[in-house]
Amino acid sequence: MSAGLVSDISIFVLAILAGFEVISKVPSTLHTPLMSASNAIHGIVFVGAMVTASQAHSAVGYVLTFVASLFAAMNVAGGYAITDRMLQMFRKRPVPRTDAEPSEGN
Amino acid sequence: MGTVNTIIAFVYLLAAVCFVAGLHLMNSPATARKGSPLSMWAMVAAIAATIAKMGYDDKTSTTAWIVLAAGALIGGVVGLWMARTVKMTAIPQLVSLFNAVGGGAAAVVAIADYVRLSGVSSSAITTRDAVSTVLDVIIGAVTFAGSLIAAGKLQGWITGQPVIFPGARILSGVLAICALGGSGYLLSGADNIPVLMVVLGAALIFGIAMVLPIGGADMPVVIALLNAFTGIAVAMAGFVINNSGLIIAGALVGASGGILTKLMADAMNRSILNIIVGGFGTGDSANVVVGAGGADIRQISAEDAAIQLAYATKVMVVPGYGLAAAQAQHEVRQLAEVLEARGIEVHFAIHPVAGRMPGHMNVLLAEVNVPYTELKEMDEANNEFPTVDVSLVVGANDVTNPAARRPNTPLSGMPILDVDRSHNIIVIKRSMGHGYAGIDNELYTDPKTGMFFADAKRGLAEIVAAVKTLVG
Repeated sequence: MSAGLVSDISIFVLAILAGFEVISKVPSTLHTPLMSASNAIHGIVFVGAMVTASQAHSAVGYVLTFVASLFAAMNVAGGYAITDRMLQMFRKRPVPRTDAEPSEGN
Repeated sequence: MGTVNTIIAFVYLLAAVCFVAGLHLMNSPATARKGSPLSMWAMVAAIAATIAKMGYDDKTSTTAWIVLAAGALIGGVVGLWMARTVKMTAIPQLVSLFNAVGGGAAAVVAIADYVRLSGVSSSAITTRDAVSTVLDVIIGAVTFAGSLIAAGKLQGWITGQPVIFPGARILSGVLAICALGGSGYLLSGADNIPVLMVVLGAALIFGIAMVLPIGGADMPVVIALLNAFTGIAVAMAGFVINNSGLIIAGALVGASGGILTKLMADAMNRSILNIIVGGFGTGDSANVVVGAGGADIRQISAEDAAIQLAYATKVMVVPGYGLAAAQAQHEVRQLAEVLEARGIEVHFAIHPVAGRMPGHMNVLLAEVNVPYTELKEMDEANNEFPTVDVSLVVGANDVTNPAARRPNTPLSGMPILDVDRSHNIIVIKRSMGHGYAGIDNELYTDPKTGMFFADAKRGLAEIVAAVKTLVG
């Protein structure tokens, strides 16, 4: 086993432990935004798509690059947008209401 | 390691630190809003650093740049559009969809790497590559297919009922053998793209077969579990392409999803394995045992409920998924406002599994401007119930059933909201239908309880109107 692999596995395990430590303190009130935020964080797979692109020199490589890039970009852009939208709703005091809206249909 | 690579590595490290710090800020609703931008800028930095490296290395073909940019543009616009327009009740399916594409992208990254290496020479694939590729492809594909099914179920495109077909176990067994056999072959040093495709196909079908039999009420657990899977798949992609940024971020998500999975399973009093094996209950039980006038229940009208509420000093609202299903969030907020205007203390008691994903009910109430300071978690709420004058239960059932505190019932051991310990109880419910556990709710026959039979939205509107008439 190479030294690089050993250190990667160490990083992996320590990051899981750090995750456990930080996330177990999040109150259940925020569990949906938390999940959405972690959802956005795994959008880092876009970096993976970029690495794929940098190594693609064939038709198959380009197709796979496109799919990875499409999926990952959707993940990362949508993930942060929805997390932000949700967190804006968590306020101590209601914002002044523009109370003409409850017309959401169904 | 060249200077550029060193700088890039430190940018990834910085990004990882910001991800952790961003998650840390979620410890309280007051700071949570700062966490998301921090994490987002860290992501932008990581992506910018990678672009810089690609430019510096200058090995990326023009076609690849174009394809990458096209995918990013289309994916980014679609993702943004969905996130901006989605309704808060539909958040679980969107999160599930993002899990699917995240896991899918991770699997594709590994496949591309494998195809490239096997084109170089079969000895180019090291054991490390083979192991991490196989794990990434299996976990990523299971997540992709499973999350799409989960999203379909939540959206109502696929029935929320458990789908059980004969031979499902045998199918799962065959798929497992295909995946394991194929993986073993690939790990033995052979490089064979068709075999990798067989493993991929088996994992995709396995993902479908895993989620189909799981009922709608178990979705909070399923989404949390698939979220954890996505994280692990991304971490494996990090191993494939030797990228510590992906390894750390993936591990964080894996941990987060793992914790939420455990919390949700505990709150439902079921083991994770039991839920995955599935085929049990749906929570949206339609078994209408038309109530009203039943044996020893006390039926009340909107006016009766209004009188009790208007002259209370402390009211606890207990919302369940039924509230969201009836789109009654605005009505419940109006009621809270009318009561608060009279100086009555109003809080909301929220069970961990109220909703279709962890914490869902909190978001639905926050959306209609209920301040988060009024949202009480289960333990906090249970300390309050003995001093509550009136508890108003809307669209929640099993999580209020005192039978859970006794041994030998289907609910035994499940953590519940101690609604029965408050002085008076009002339940708004369409009928005496059973909840997910399929047993009678002893709360309804409690002498302190008044049953108001109505649809949540209309019932709440009637109570609001009655309170207004009552107090002028």
